[in-house]
Amino acid sequence: MDWQAFALTLKLASVTTTILLAIAIPLAALLVLGRGRWLAALEALAALPLVLPPTVLGFFLLVLLGPRTSVGRGITVVLGHPLAFSFDGLVVGSVIYSLPFAVQPLVAGFAAVQPNLVDAARLLGAGSAKIVLTLLVPLARRSLVAAAVLSFLHTVGEFGVVLMLGGDIPGATRTLSIVLYNQVENFDYAAANRTAAILLGLSVTALATVYLTGQIRGGRRA
Amino acid sequence: MLEVALKARRGSFLLDVECRLASEWTVVFGPSGSGKSTLLRLLAGLDKNERGDTAGVVSLDGQVVTETARRVWRRPGNRRTSLVTQRSSLFPHLGVEANVAYGLGSLDRANRETRVAEMLELVDATDLVNRRPQDLSGGQAQRVALARALAPGPRLLLLDEPFSALDGVASDALIGRLQTWARANGVQTVLATHDATDAFSTGAEVALLREGRLVSLGPAAEVLQDERERIALRLMTP
Repeated sequence: MDWQAFALTLKLASVTTTILLAIAIPLAALLVLGRGRWLAALEALAALPLVLPPTVLGFFLLVLLGPRTSVGRGITVVLGHPLAFSFDGLVVGSVIYSLPFAVQPLVAGFAAVQPNLVDAARLLGAGSAKIVLTLLVPLARRSLVAAAVLSFLHTVGEFGVVLMLGGDIPGATRTLSIVLYNQVENFDYAAANRTAAILLGLSVTALATVYLTGQIRGGRRA
Repeated sequence: MLEVALKARRGSFLLDVECRLASEWTVVFGPSGSGKSTLLRLLAGLDKNERGDTAGVVSLDGQVVTETARRVWRRPGNRRTSLVTQRSSLFPHLGVEANVAYGLGSLDRANRETRVAEMLELVDATDLVNRRPQDLSGGQAQRVALARALAPGPRLLLLDEPFSALDGVASDALIGRLQTWARANGVQTVLATHDATDAFSTGAEVALLREGRLVSLGPAAEVLQDERERIALRLMTP
C-alpha cells in the first residue's frame, strides 16, 4: 500500500473541496439570484468540464500553465516554479475539473429556496452576501453537503487531468489513481485490488454519510 | 405623501397608475387580477425594470425612490418601505424572535431584543416568541410576519391582504391597533384588498383599481358606493 499516495490524494481532495466551495457558493448564488443573458454563458462555462474529456482539459492546462505561454511564465516568476508537474498545479486542475460537481448541486439547492423568502430578506435590508449566508446556505444545507462530498470524491478518483498535468512524481503528484494505473500496468493485480478497494471504500463511506445526514434530518429537501 | 406615476407590462397585462396618496391609510381596492399586488411590488422596489417593461416615477415624501428615465431604483430595504403579503414568508430555519430581529442588524443586542418584544406585543404575539414558524397557525404566522416588517421602522407600510388567515374579529382588532401605531409613528399605510369591508371599517381613502387602471380615488363611501349597495342587498336577501 502506497501510504504517501493515499495521504497526497486526501490532501489534494481536501484542499480542492475547500477552494471549490469558496468559489461555488458565490457562483451558484450569482447564477440563481442574478439577471441577464450572460449568466447562461457563465453557467455553460462552469458546466464545461462535465463534457470535456479529462485528458483534453489536462492538456490545455498543461500548455496554459507551462513555459510556452505568458500566463505560465508569469506564474513561474511569482511562485518561483512552474505550476505544471507540481501539487499546486494539480489543485488548479482539480478545481477546474470538479467545478460543475460543486456548482450544480448548489444551484439546484439555491433555486429550490422560495423566491418570496428572498424578497422578504431584501425588503428587510439584506444585501446579497447576507441573503447567501443567512438564507440560501442554511436552507440548502443538504445541497452544500452533496456539493462537498461530490467534489471530494471526484477529486479522489481523478485520473486524466492528474496524469496530463502532474505526471507521476512520488510525494508531489502521484495520487491513488496513478498508483492503481501503475499497478495494473505492472500486472500486480493483488496490490491493484487493495488500492481499488480503498478508493471504493472512500466513495461508499462518503456517499453513505450524505444519505444518512439527510435521513437523520428527516427529509429529502434541499 | 406617496406620489406614483407608473406603467408596467407583465405579459398581456398592463398596469397604468398615476396618483398622489396623501392619506395616512389608503386602501387599494380591486378584484383579483386588477394589479394590486403588481403595484405594491413596484412600490416596494422588488420588480426592477431590467427588461424595459416598467416606466415611471415613485416618490415618497418628495424623495424619488424609482425613476426609470434617470435609472433611479432604490433597492428594497433602502427605501424605508415594508411589504407584508398574504404568504407570511417567515424564514423556516429561524425562530420567531430571530425572524422579527432579521432586519435589525444595525441595533445592539439589548435594543434589538426590546424592539422585537415591542413589535410582538403590538401584533399580540408575545407568547409566540420561542416558537418555530412550522409550529404557527396561518394567522399566527401572519402576525409574526407583520411584526417583522414593522420592526425596522418603515416610513411606508404596504399590506397585500396580509390578514386573510385571521377571522373577522381578530383582523379588525389587529387593524385597529396597527392604525393607532401607524398614526403615532408617522407611517403611511397602503392596504391592498378585494374585501370592501376592510375599506369601510378603516375609514380610509380608497383607490379603485380595475384591469390595471386607477379608475377612482377618494373616500370609501364615495368610491365604493356600488360595492356598499351590493353588500347591503346581499345581507338583506334571505
